[in-house]
Amino acid sequence: MLLTITTTRHPADDLGFLLHKHPARMQSFEQSFGTAHVFYPEAGPERCTAALMLDVDPVRLVRTRGRNTPDFSLGQYVNDRPYAASSLLASAMANVFRTAMRGRCDSRPDLADTEIPLTVTLPALPCRGGPAQAERFFAPLGWRVDARAVPLDEAFPSWGDSRYVSLTLTGELRLADALNQLYVLLPVLDESKHYWLAPDEVDKLIRAGGGWLAAHPERGAITRRYLSNKRGLVRAALGRLAGVDQAPDEALSQPEIDDEGPDAAGTADTAETAGAAPEPRTPLAELRVRAVLAALHEEGASSVIDLGCGSGRLLARLADDAAFTEVSGADVSYRAVEIARRRTAGARRVREVFQGALTYADARFGDHDAAVLMEVVEHIDPPRLGAVARVVFGGARPRVVVVTTPNAEYNVHYEGLAPGAMRHPDHRFEWTRAEFGAWADGVCAAHGYRVRYVPVGDADPAAGAPTQMGVFVR
Amino acid sequence: MTRELRIPATGLVVLVGVSGSGKSHFARRHFLPSQVISSDYCRAVVSDDENDQSATGDAFALLHHIVGIRLRRGLLTVVDATNVQPRSRESLLHVAKEHDVLSAAIVLDVPPEVAAERNRTRPDRDFGDHVVPRQHRELRRGMRSLHREFKRVHVLAGDDIDTAVLVRERPWNDRRDLTGPFDVIGDVHGCRAELEDLLGDLGYEIEHDAEGRAAGAHHPGGRTAVFVGDLVDRGPDTPGVLRLAMGMVAAGDALCVSGNHEAKLLKALAGRKVRVAHGLAESLEQLAAEDAAFRDAARAFMDGLISHYVLDGGRLVVAHAGLKESYHGRTSGRVRSFALYGDTTGETDEYGLPVRYPWAREYRGAAMVVYGHTPVPDTEWINNTLCLDTGVVFGGKLSALRYPEREIVAVPARRQWYEPTRPLAAAPDARDIDDLKIDDVLDAGGVETALLGRVTVREENALAALEVMSRFAIDPRWLAYLPPTMAPAATSKEEGYLEHPAEALAAYRDAGVRRVICEEKHMGSRAITVVCRDAATAESAFGVRDGSTGALYTRTGRAFFRDPARTAAVLDRVRDAVGAAGLWDELDTGWLVLDGELLPWSVKAMDLIRGQYAATGAAARAALPAASEALARAAARGVDVGGLGERTERRAANAGLFRDAYARYCWDVDGLDGIALAPFQVLAGNGHAWATERDHVWHMEVAERLAAADASGLIRPTAWRTADLDSPDSEKAVTEWWEKCTAEGGEGMVVKPLGPLPDDRRVQPGLKCRGREYLRIIYGPDYTEPAHLDRLRARSLGRKRSLATREHALGVEALHRLVGGEPLWRRHQAVFAVLALESEPVDPRL
Repeated sequence: MLLTITTTRHPADDLGFLLHKHPARMQSFEQSFGTAHVFYPEAGPERCTAALMLDVDPVRLVRTRGRNTPDFSLGQYVNDRPYAASSLLASAMANVFRTAMRGRCDSRPDLADTEIPLTVTLPALPCRGGPAQAERFFAPLGWRVDARAVPLDEAFPSWGDSRYVSLTLTGELRLADALNQLYVLLPVLDESKHYWLAPDEVDKLIRAGGGWLAAHPERGAITRRYLSNKRGLVRAALGRLAGVDQAPDEALSQPEIDDEGPDAAGTADTAETAGAAPEPRTPLAELRVRAVLAALHEEGASSVIDLGCGSGRLLARLADDAAFTEVSGADVSYRAVEIARRRTAGARRVREVFQGALTYADARFGDHDAAVLMEVVEHIDPPRLGAVARVVFGGARPRVVVVTTPNAEYNVHYEGLAPGAMRHPDHRFEWTRAEFGAWADGVCAAHGYRVRYVPVGDADPAAGAPTQMGVFVR
Repeated sequence: MTRELRIPATGLVVLVGVSGSGKSHFARRHFLPSQVISSDYCRAVVSDDENDQSATGDAFALLHHIVGIRLRRGLLTVVDATNVQPRSRESLLHVAKEHDVLSAAIVLDVPPEVAAERNRTRPDRDFGDHVVPRQHRELRRGMRSLHREFKRVHVLAGDDIDTAVLVRERPWNDRRDLTGPFDVIGDVHGCRAELEDLLGDLGYEIEHDAEGRAAGAHHPGGRTAVFVGDLVDRGPDTPGVLRLAMGMVAAGDALCVSGNHEAKLLKALAGRKVRVAHGLAESLEQLAAEDAAFRDAARAFMDGLISHYVLDGGRLVVAHAGLKESYHGRTSGRVRSFALYGDTTGETDEYGLPVRYPWAREYRGAAMVVYGHTPVPDTEWINNTLCLDTGVVFGGKLSALRYPEREIVAVPARRQWYEPTRPLAAAPDARDIDDLKIDDVLDAGGVETALLGRVTVREENALAALEVMSRFAIDPRWLAYLPPTMAPAATSKEEGYLEHPAEALAAYRDAGVRRVICEEKHMGSRAITVVCRDAATAESAFGVRDGSTGALYTRTGRAFFRDPARTAAVLDRVRDAVGAAGLWDELDTGWLVLDGELLPWSVKAMDLIRGQYAATGAAARAALPAASEALARAAARGVDVGGLGERTERRAANAGLFRDAYARYCWDVDGLDGIALAPFQVLAGNGHAWATERDHVWHMEVAERLAAADASGLIRPTAWRTADLDSPDSEKAVTEWWEKCTAEGGEGMVVKPLGPLPDDRRVQPGLKCRGREYLRIIYGPDYTEPAHLDRLRARSLGRKRSLATREHALGVEALHRLVGGEPLWRRHQAVFAVLALESEPVDPRL
């Protein structure tokens, strides 16, 4: 909500000309979400400070938001937007200092083009990644960065730091550059925007980033974060950056971020996607899909149901495979089912994709030759596994059931995964090979199946493969 | 002499006769209009013309559809069509067979001239002179096959048509007129001594014949024994068991259905070729030692046994191997086969025994089904069904169910009389499991409640609940209840307040309530505690077999603690307190469900506090003082900053108050140290839904006793007051109490009615009055600014109130289903519905 800009270049109160705001008065500007005020706490020839204060009206803020903004409900009145230096402040800057940001100053044209000593303060800057991140983004631009984490609550030291930093930047820069950098980097550090992304966001970024972003070592990260990881926009922006500024194209080859989010089928195993120790040439998720398809081929499965199909990655492959007469998918997540339906829309072999839960017996699960539970069981609380086994093996009783699940023994090979930690925050457990075997044996005895095990992924002599697969046949 | 025509009371009656034979007239005289489905009527429905022959195909499709639905629903159905062709009768018989009902044909044999003459007098029947004679020829030709087609065929001619009297016969299995009380007795298998023991324990007086043998038993209290079959084979005294049971049945002291062993023994006695195994040899040998008269009597007895009984107005069904709902009261070969042998999957297990289809697991019927056939180590309710075969002949026990008391009485085997093929406890599917079906929660449409009638659950809400329930909720066996939401009192008009006791008290006074209780509202996280005395109680009362002795879960059904050991530690403390307070005995229960609040808030809500409340506070406290200072410096320079300076200063102060508001409900805990549980309602225990049987004063007093009895310091009492709504002083006293509590940082209070509730369904089960400072957490640091407060006063409470009422009805329903011993799926429906309603869009700040 507050940004101050100080200069000590004599006569310092020329800052008023640069900003096109008179130091003797407070000026107010209506914004869609509140009022922006510009005033000068000090304005002398030695030192002049301009303050931009954004007085956010929470009710008006609510009205400018889409109904589907994630924090629509509870966060409506209790949120940091009235206090933090976020994208709201960036918008206000663009509005209030429009001319200054373009570097135009008719009364002091030389000054606008001159690098002047500047100090910028932001008392509450939301900053994912903490002070180090602020340092990473601002230092390459020539700023001396003093970023201090704001504690969450002094009375509860155990809670640690908040995501805000109190930021002071000092350096000699053109004022317009400083303003443009703040305009881009405030929402980038915050990583949340108050309005929906539109294609013209790319134009805004290109405009405000002109002259400094293309050479910034973190331009890839800045671009992705500014555009909130919307892949299409990111690609367009990086492409244009590369074209306009003749920057190396390497930013384009950054790994794509999975926009599917974690789902019940666990397609986004964070540890697996984020830096597995020996970087496999084919991602594990793909190896898994291939292993499942191979097992189904080997068993001569005709119709297949993907139980816990998630957003339909495997389902789409099953639907493309002429070996199968008919495929179905089920997932507990309504959203996942919607995505899977879209992904497989028009596929001839898809019988149905529906919402269902493995803890509830369901006639729709039956009537398939084979069922796949790929990376599903580890998302189920252990006390509920019995019910799942009864529903799948006892109730639906397909001839073939393929189950894959992480091999916990392999976790030692994931750097950055603490000992005993799991690969995904929603995993309720991860089994060793022996534990998986014990569960599988119980299932076989109770429901009359035989099982064989297939390792998936590059197997380690001691720890085994990253994924274990059981192929159950009745 | 009048002819008496016997027809099945609930089956299919097909009238047969040429056009003009008087079928419709006959039907009108003997049946309700709704019972008669005529082809003319169906033709009219599909074509607006009951003589439009081109509509015949569709008309009969409709007729068959209606007949099918009526038969499925167990209704007597009369088909009024010519039915002279075997083909048309065949399709009707097929429908009857599909629904396992009996059928009868009544032929009206009228001379074709008479019929033709009648048709001539009816202007709408101008279908030509050749039709009736043709129909008559077809009828004649098919007459002989009629007797093969139908169980009963009545051919009426002449005066008989007008004078015949219909006698409706109920199926033999229909003994809904018998209301008991009953003692249903499991598979005896020739264990006469144990049977005598059991009958003795059940209070029967055994009668002996001249030779001192037990030959009958009578209950002085007028109870009736019901044998589930398999009296014979394997055991030491099959003739003795038969003699006793035959005597009881003959004297009206018992009913008996046939078991598969009776059926096989009967075949053997009739000299038919059967494989002598599974203990048949013993029976044959023992019976050979009896005299021929007894053998004949035993044969006649077993031959007369029917396969199942429907008793007590349809509320109790007894069949040897159980019976699925669509077969109750039905008669057919496959019904008998199911009742005697069960439904098998066609597979066999590792011991060579048939794998039985788990029909009980899927049973959703309202009638209690009691059966035997498959030996189990212990009786166990599965979806309102009970297997009573506890393997007495294999050294287990002989069990009986007292009905309607639902009590099990069992006597141990005197010894193992027969080696089991499969170890009694080893069969994995011998212990059936009452898993839930997706149809139990989706497509259910809603839940019938005692308080509000049907509470509708919309599909999108059910789908949302399905995801939450299946991904995060604990075992549905433990999930006995989910707490309903509670509406706040009407918005206060008092300056500076959004909520105030005046409105809550006025709401109840206006509704005609005289007294209310005001309970301190704890600011923590809602926690439902299910606590059992021991693991055995957990198994018998909740069907949980993993050794756990209770559960502690949140308002969305999640385990409160991820670590089961932490849950167990809390449960230990609660259990000790319940014991020390003497509540197990006083409430005559081995388990309790408690509603309460677990403190501090930060135990469960830390992510929310960190990400939202504390974060907002931190940002505010970092930014506002800096802004305030900058404004002050500008003002000092003579810049006119208007009201902004003062306003920013006030906002800085509000930020501090906001921080204090949430911080009050946070403190560090170490293990269980620092954790407090404040129970405020004893929801249920064995046989009693205390939530509805006792008023809130009782609940508060029990909570106080629990806190006093708790040596561990876990249980925290809840402060409370009652208020007399006729007395202004009394109101003033509770208002001051609320003001004091909230000024000290309390969340506020909950006001609930005491004494008899008015009939008005809109009276809320409780109203919350939250404190002024607490509400900062909900509405933001600056909500007390007059401009904000005025805007917030426009909040609308209607949906929240409606939701609170509906969820309350569902909660009470869940408790009643729990204590009524209803099957898991019925309990779960009500609980699931609460979660589904919680996904309705309602302002979460209310």
